[in-house]
Amino acid sequence: MIRLLAAALALAAAVPVAAQTVAITGGRVLTMGPAGEIERGTVVITGGRIVAVGADVAVPAGAKIIDATGKIVTPGLVAAGTALGLIEVRAVETTDDRATDASELSAAFDAGYGLNPDSLLIPVARLGGITRAIATPAYKDKGGRELLFAGQAAAVALGGRPMLMKRGVAMILEMGDAGAERAGGARAAELVALRALFAEVRDYKARRAAYDRGETRDYMLSRADMEALIPVVEGRMPLLITVNRASDIRDALALARDEKLKLILESASEGWRVAGEIAAAGVPVLLTPIENTPASFEMLGATLSNAARLAAAGVVIAIEGNGNHREREMRYNAGNAVAHGLDWPAALAAITIDPARIFGLADRIGSLEPGKEGDVVVWDGDPLDTLSRPTAVFIRGAAQPMSSRATELRDRYLPAVQQPANGETP
Amino acid sequence: MTSMTKHLCGACIALLSLASAGAALAAHGASDDPFPSTYHPAVSVPLAIVGATVLTGTGTELADATLLIADGKIEAVGTALPVPEGYREVDGRGKWLTPGIIDAHSHLGVYPSPATPSHEDGNEAVSPNTAEVWAEHSVWPQDPKFRLARAGGVTSLMILPGSANLFGGRSVTLKNVPSVTTPGMKFPGAPYGLKIACGENPKRLYGGKGRSPATRMGNVAGYRKAWIDAADYVRRWDKWEAGAKAGDPPKRDLQLETLAGVLRGEILVQNHCYRADEMAVMVDIAREFGFKIRTFHHANEAFKIAPLLAKEDICVATWANSWGAKMESLDGIEENAPMVDAAGGCAIIHSDDGLLIQRLGQEAGIAMTAANHAGLPVSRGEAIKWITANPAKAMGIADRVGTLEPGKMADVVLWSANPFSVYALADRVWIDGVIQWDRADPRYQSPSDFVLGQPGQGFAR
Repeated sequence: MIRLLAAALALAAAVPVAAQTVAITGGRVLTMGPAGEIERGTVVITGGRIVAVGADVAVPAGAKIIDATGKIVTPGLVAAGTALGLIEVRAVETTDDRATDASELSAAFDAGYGLNPDSLLIPVARLGGITRAIATPAYKDKGGRELLFAGQAAAVALGGRPMLMKRGVAMILEMGDAGAERAGGARAAELVALRALFAEVRDYKARRAAYDRGETRDYMLSRADMEALIPVVEGRMPLLITVNRASDIRDALALARDEKLKLILESASEGWRVAGEIAAAGVPVLLTPIENTPASFEMLGATLSNAARLAAAGVVIAIEGNGNHREREMRYNAGNAVAHGLDWPAALAAITIDPARIFGLADRIGSLEPGKEGDVVVWDGDPLDTLSRPTAVFIRGAAQPMSSRATELRDRYLPAVQQPANGETP
Repeated sequence: MTSMTKHLCGACIALLSLASAGAALAAHGASDDPFPSTYHPAVSVPLAIVGATVLTGTGTELADATLLIADGKIEAVGTALPVPEGYREVDGRGKWLTPGIIDAHSHLGVYPSPATPSHEDGNEAVSPNTAEVWAEHSVWPQDPKFRLARAGGVTSLMILPGSANLFGGRSVTLKNVPSVTTPGMKFPGAPYGLKIACGENPKRLYGGKGRSPATRMGNVAGYRKAWIDAADYVRRWDKWEAGAKAGDPPKRDLQLETLAGVLRGEILVQNHCYRADEMAVMVDIAREFGFKIRTFHHANEAFKIAPLLAKEDICVATWANSWGAKMESLDGIEENAPMVDAAGGCAIIHSDDGLLIQRLGQEAGIAMTAANHAGLPVSRGEAIKWITANPAKAMGIADRVGTLEPGKMADVVLWSANPFSVYALADRVWIDGVIQWDRADPRYQSPSDFVLGQPGQGFAR
């Protein structure tokens, strides 16, 4: 008991990092909230939360002051579609927890379990200004496995504990080429199978007790998978569909309309061709705007102007990074979207407040507003450009180390290259 | 008409000299250059690009400078240059001018879009030694990515076989011009490269098939056995030639011909190799058999042996962002290229990718910014060499392209903004003085045959 108390005290002693009051002063603050842009603003964080944002905010006595004069201050970036916390080295299977090939587990697979907050990928992503991420399941198909859903995504924090922010922020599904392949080789097979599955989930939900008594017919999915899909058919958990071809997007929109599902589209290479319909359905889109090659027959219309065209049609978009170890490039992807027509503020929104909104997290993160969690990034220039970098990153009010294993490697070998003139080789 | 004749004559002389260069480059024992370049730049008008910020590729940045192009060659670059009469003037004010971007590591055409087994022809993954295959025989010139790379300012690129095999085959160097045939893109007189792969890929593939190499020591044994055979092949041909070519010549062997070309210094070794310790082993092998490694590709750990690589005069073609996919790439850092550069080496930012090839300037910008942040100062004039002059050196074409020095091929990009920034777009791209990309003019956006009639062709992608 005494030992437990001592442990509790030690924990309490560790807390003050987040509890400390921090004032970030003098920067150009892009709040992404109602306060808009503040030319010379101050952000005050206390107890891990933002307590004040504005031009005339007094710095509380005893606050640690971060001078951001001449710098840009933004909310922490929110990365959708990541493997952060789920992967270490892609080719080392034991370190890859993105997917399961279990034959009885698909929709019930939950990326919120098994998260690794010590992953080497996390400090690297943080140095790209990313403070929160959507840990997203992937597929690991075995021969003959025809389960359509990859599982549920989870929202995670890249600093402080716990890493898990919110479980079940979306159900992951692929349509188009990959989905058709999984359903037996044709698009129609998946569309029919999905409608049948949703009908079974509704049936199961109405007859749970009978199911447990063994008095129902056999269902296609396991009990756990059907339980996981109930919030989806009730429209409480968004169904996140990766899809590219314009006609496939229309099919996804029709499916969601008929089944009364809440939909998020992902990738949507040809989204620009059906942008009006996506906007009219109020469906948001996650995309990697640099993906402009006709990499497959479902992406023939891929273009660098997709993000700008979707946004112009009124679609809420979130811009993704380049996957796994390369999430730090998310902000450059947003910059490239600007180079191809997206408004700069919309591009910053697409990596901050808009992904937070899409995943139901906007009450906690995504903008600099009193009451929100203290995720703040200070930049030495344009956050969307290759020519600038973060100088400070705060998560839940705590300053994050501006280092990673990569910077440690760099610093170990830097002296040897800085003095090459002495003729010695190591 | 007079000027036309003059231009044609100039082309004739150029062709003659190239033909002889091609013959000299042919591997020993080969009859001749069997797949000669058929690329002929169109006749171009003399051009003056005025008022841009110029990165020359030689380390220099010039503000408000003028570049003169005549007969498809760089004629002069400098500030306060008068524009000669008869030159078409291009307004470069507010824009940036660089040499054409050169990608030292591409699989365009051999892994085209759309990705389908029908034309994924980059790895002859049936034997650890396929030095006999030539990438140019797999290149599909209608790969839509050639145009996308052109829109990203890429004017020359080396197409390599993949890294499945210890010896993957010959590379081919292309000018990024629209063409129905691959010889119509071939960089005239560019030397061949031999793709060699270290590490995980060959041992995983062949070990998985229950054959050698299954380990890194198996990899090394595989290289050395092949070089012993190649040295023997060279001796047999030398002996026949020294004997006044009396009697039947030795039988030609396509595989050994390529390896012999390396031993004779005619074919450049392009070595996929990630780890510092493995690169050091490859340097030892090269010394054992008396050849040079021209470039280590990917080379995520080059920063650990940067002084050694500088001393050995081996280029390093790498990324800023890629790391972690495999154990051998776990130690990748953003500052790899700048650290190689700081040690006095030849640093290159390459793509190995159909998206990254469209924004090599940004990747170089990330490396440059990371280095400056880490206290390793790199100027823009220096960083542009990573994607121009240095890849030209790695590919053996530095006497022809890679800088804006007078006499070089007029491969030039006019950028809308600082070329290291996300906001930079290639407004215009000239190859041998001929406009091959104009962001504002669909006549110079030449989509490949494949994309005609497909969705979304009404704009420049």
